[in-house]
Amino acid sequence: MMDFQVVVLAGGTAKKLAPLVSKEVPKALLPVANRPVLSYVLELLESSNLKDLIVVVEGEDAALRVGGWISGAYVDRLHVEVAAVPEDVGTAGALRAVAHHLTANDVLIVSGDLVSDVPPGAVAATHRRHGAVVTTLLCYAPVSGPSDTGSSAGKDKVKKSRYNIVGLDPTRQLLLHIAAGAEVEKDIRVQKNILRAVGQLEIRADLMDAHMYAFKRTVLQDVLDQKDTFHSIRQDVLPYLVRTQLRSEISANGLHKVEDNANGRVSSQNYVTWMSQHREIAPSAYQELLALSPRSPENALRTHKCCAYIASKSKYCARLNSIQAFSDINRDVVGEASHLSGYSFSSQNNIIHPSAELGSKTTVGPQCMLAEGSQMGDKCSVKRSIIGRHCRIGSNVKIVNSVVMNHVTIEDGCLVQGSVICSNVHLQERVVLKDCQIGAGYVVTSGSEYKSEPLARK
Amino acid sequence: MAQKKGHRSLSSDDPEELARVPLQAVLLADSFATKFRPITLERPKVLLPLVNAPMIDYTLAWLESVGVEEAFVFCCAHSQQVKDYLNKSQWMKQPGTFTVQPIESHDSISAGDALRVIYNLGVICGDFVLVSGDTISNMSLKEALQEHKERRKKDPLAVMTMVIKHSKPSSLTHQTRLGNDEILMAIDPDTKELLYYEDKTDQSQRFITLDKMLLASTPTLHLHNDKQDCYIDICSPEVLSLFTDNFDYQHLRRHFVKGLLVDDLMGYKIFTHEIHSSYAARIDNFRSYDTISKDIIQRWTYPMVPDVQYFGNCSQMKLDRLGIYKAPEVDQSRTAQIRAFSLIGNGTAIGDHSVISNSVIGQSCTIGRNVSIQGSYIWDNVIIEDDCKLSHALVCDGVHLRAGVVLEPGVILSFKVEVGQKIVIPAYSKVSLLPQPSKQDSDEELEYADANSGVVESPSITSIANTRNVDPVPDSPDAEHSDTSEVGISGVGYIWSTTEGGHEEEWRHSIAPIPAEKLMEFCLSAHTDLGVSNQDVNSLPASGELQLDSESTGFDDGEDYKDSADFEKEVEATFQRVLAGVNPENVILEINSLRLSYDMSHADCAGSLFYSIMKSALSAPFSSNRELLLNTGKELSRWKDLLKNCLKTIDEEIEVLLKFEEMCLETTKEFAPLFSAILNHLYEKDILSEDAILSWAEEKEGADESDKVFVKQSEPFLKWLREASEDEDD
Repeated sequence: MMDFQVVVLAGGTAKKLAPLVSKEVPKALLPVANRPVLSYVLELLESSNLKDLIVVVEGEDAALRVGGWISGAYVDRLHVEVAAVPEDVGTAGALRAVAHHLTANDVLIVSGDLVSDVPPGAVAATHRRHGAVVTTLLCYAPVSGPSDTGSSAGKDKVKKSRYNIVGLDPTRQLLLHIAAGAEVEKDIRVQKNILRAVGQLEIRADLMDAHMYAFKRTVLQDVLDQKDTFHSIRQDVLPYLVRTQLRSEISANGLHKVEDNANGRVSSQNYVTWMSQHREIAPSAYQELLALSPRSPENALRTHKCCAYIASKSKYCARLNSIQAFSDINRDVVGEASHLSGYSFSSQNNIIHPSAELGSKTTVGPQCMLAEGSQMGDKCSVKRSIIGRHCRIGSNVKIVNSVVMNHVTIEDGCLVQGSVICSNVHLQERVVLKDCQIGAGYVVTSGSEYKSEPLARK
Repeated sequence: MAQKKGHRSLSSDDPEELARVPLQAVLLADSFATKFRPITLERPKVLLPLVNAPMIDYTLAWLESVGVEEAFVFCCAHSQQVKDYLNKSQWMKQPGTFTVQPIESHDSISAGDALRVIYNLGVICGDFVLVSGDTISNMSLKEALQEHKERRKKDPLAVMTMVIKHSKPSSLTHQTRLGNDEILMAIDPDTKELLYYEDKTDQSQRFITLDKMLLASTPTLHLHNDKQDCYIDICSPEVLSLFTDNFDYQHLRRHFVKGLLVDDLMGYKIFTHEIHSSYAARIDNFRSYDTISKDIIQRWTYPMVPDVQYFGNCSQMKLDRLGIYKAPEVDQSRTAQIRAFSLIGNGTAIGDHSVISNSVIGQSCTIGRNVSIQGSYIWDNVIIEDDCKLSHALVCDGVHLRAGVVLEPGVILSFKVEVGQKIVIPAYSKVSLLPQPSKQDSDEELEYADANSGVVESPSITSIANTRNVDPVPDSPDAEHSDTSEVGISGVGYIWSTTEGGHEEEWRHSIAPIPAEKLMEFCLSAHTDLGVSNQDVNSLPASGELQLDSESTGFDDGEDYKDSADFEKEVEATFQRVLAGVNPENVILEINSLRLSYDMSHADCAGSLFYSIMKSALSAPFSSNRELLLNTGKELSRWKDLLKNCLKTIDEEIEVLLKFEEMCLETTKEFAPLFSAILNHLYEKDILSEDAILSWAEEKEGADESDKVFVKQSEPFLKWLREASEDEDD
């Protein structure tokens, strides 16, 4: 793993996640089970012994906050440089900005919003084993979440927007086609020359690009240099490399000569096997071709390899890139994917910090979390929800399927369902919230009822 | 295995199974194609000998071996010959469980017609095996049949099971091995349902376009170009009625299979059954004839090999080492050599110092001294005099080669052709006693129903004139010495000119080895030409898969392509009406309304109209390029006003030029050598402006070399134009 540099693209204050994100809380610091989402990626990398990281954050302010948090939390564990880039430069732009820092042979690029237990080392190993120019992590697109959440409609939407149409060779290691499922309107268009080269191409619609890529550094730098219009790794750089794999335009020094005999790919060796079947019929042709091929290296076809690492179905893989995903991931991390949270669960299958105080007849169900210093009044009920630090919660409060961040005040008789309550929010008495997102510091006046609404301070 | 057992116990209760239906087969003894011409003008393809036994015997023997009880042999072309053969053969005589019944039809021109005839006879009562009489196989059908039946029970819409086989690792080999077209299939890996089928793939299309909806029902599908269609189908009786309902279905694959796959209204499904170790292939052209003959000799088709009696063949064939088969009565000179993988039929004599390798020699042939026969197929009663050299040729019954004849690779000599001394027959020539039918007929792919159906009596003058290198010498073998021209044959027979596909296709289907440069071209083109070029990518806007898609819609979006093809046809039809006397002004109106309804641009109109005009010019008979040019000139002047109507701006004019280039490259190659001359003409007649021509040339500046053929051809003219315009500027 020595010669791998890691770039974590931590984003900025994504508009899509308003009102959850704010100047104070950039996307990378959004809590998942009460710790910043970025910590999941950092610890995942650490577990593969990848400790030399560049974290790219959009916006100076956000970068300062993220940097501050990292240096506090990982001071002795990781060697992290935080780089700030302007907003809206895209993932490709972000990489361009840090390209001059890259010196290793290969670069692993990970999205900072990834919550997963797929070892990055496995992706890196696949990449190295094939000498690929790019290796991408594919994981199974969620088919349906836990059915008891009642948000199956939302789940469907997630699935529709996320899955990719992926083409693989019979060994399922080479990535031969990739398109975003939602962006393919009617027809899937597969390049015939690629099919010809492999003979059989598997097209699947049940995988998604998990935004973890290993790139050959020189190739990545070349592409970023030459294609200055490329904006996104996922949408531009990766599809470009995939579709030009049999006709490489990458400069030769960045090119790993493909010598692959097992997969029937186009390579000099393959020409030989193919020609040999003609020996009986056309001996002259066979010899001539053999003689011809080394003579004209300029005309020789240059190819490069794009690979895929498919995470097994049991692995968890999700990206926090929408409000729906925020809720889903928070629920999963204390639920079905609880091993990711790093906490140990009680026999009731929940986590209640010893310093938390619960009133009488208050119940906290399984798959819940109640962090330090929070207090709850009497006759409250918490189901499948996460409650942050130092919250003050009155009596007769019901919290279901929700995330409550830190320092939130909830007065008596409130009902919170399917919602996200950011830090320092104040819910006055008898507030009813269903499927709402309440931005930091907002005050909801007593007795009000909201459904499916984002609320934030002006 | 457990499944099978389960099924068996199930089926014993099944009433359908109890009322046992005999397994039936439909054997098409007519390929409805012309690939074996000129031989098939005289004898039906199914009776052509394949390693000294008629092809149909292989197919019938296989059908019998897989448990078919009733085989209907559908004969059309030369039906009498097929019937006579069957009547004399053991198939009709033998008592037992396998009956062969000929069905005769005279007006069927396609497999579709054949199946409609069979439907009307009402003889098929259950699932049946559909094969053509040129199929060689030793596969067992048991598994495929069982799969088919089980599927049918669960889903009555599963009407057909197609047998496929993995072909050689590279698609290139696949094509070159059997000379077939590339086949692309999409198959559901779990159910084996066929989701997409494309043969005769359009090489200019760089993308395979699959409907996204295919992935709605299954998360995974496999795209293959490494499978070979064995053309063995297990069909349910519905298939016949489907053909009757869709009277426009002609071709089994191109119409029927594709039709079913596209039609999601009826929801009929086709499944595939892949065979692995057994053999199945179809003789579609001379190359597959060659390949399959070799497979038989090398025993891939066991037990259907020459030394095993599986039908009325001569079982006294003896197999020596190195795959040499010899009939008992071969008169072989001591100095003659028979090398590996050869077969010599009964009663054949081979003279001193002759060498035979990789070849099949029929019965009662006489081979002289110092003859070299390599990779060739010699049928019965052939006389080959001394010092002849044959390589990769096919020689039919009764042919006489006089001393010193050389047959270059790919030569086909049809029945009873005689070749005079020391004549060299050039590669890929086809020689027959019958003149080549005129071109118009061969358009409709059919074999001549009977030898007496007109071809012989009326060899039209034009067809003789058209044939290249013709020298129909009277049957006096001595008279020819004097007029032995370099091209002529002093003997008997016509050399056919290459058929419509031209030489381009000839090498693909021939027995001859593929020329080295073709192979090279072939393997390069498969990878390079079709890649995404630099330009496309550079023109790619800022981001996204969407852009990738829309970028490519530019040249060949499937849907778009189809529409424009339709549009073109419509315009052509409209144009035909002008020819028929409709007022041109009305036609302009019509074309305009077509343009609107197809959502085409003026440029498309101009292109299509130009295409129609050029096609009409081509339809007039011509014998030389000069004549064609004259015709074209006439047509263009005649329709100039009509065309001008569509040429409102320079863009349309450029479109016309691009269209013209495309035509010269693809549809109407006849114009290719005349490009520059016609361009000149278009300019003179004021149809195209100088600006348009020059900007077309400019546009092409950066194009690939292959794209610039016509710019180069027109260079003198362009130069002249440029100079003229400079003069004006001064």
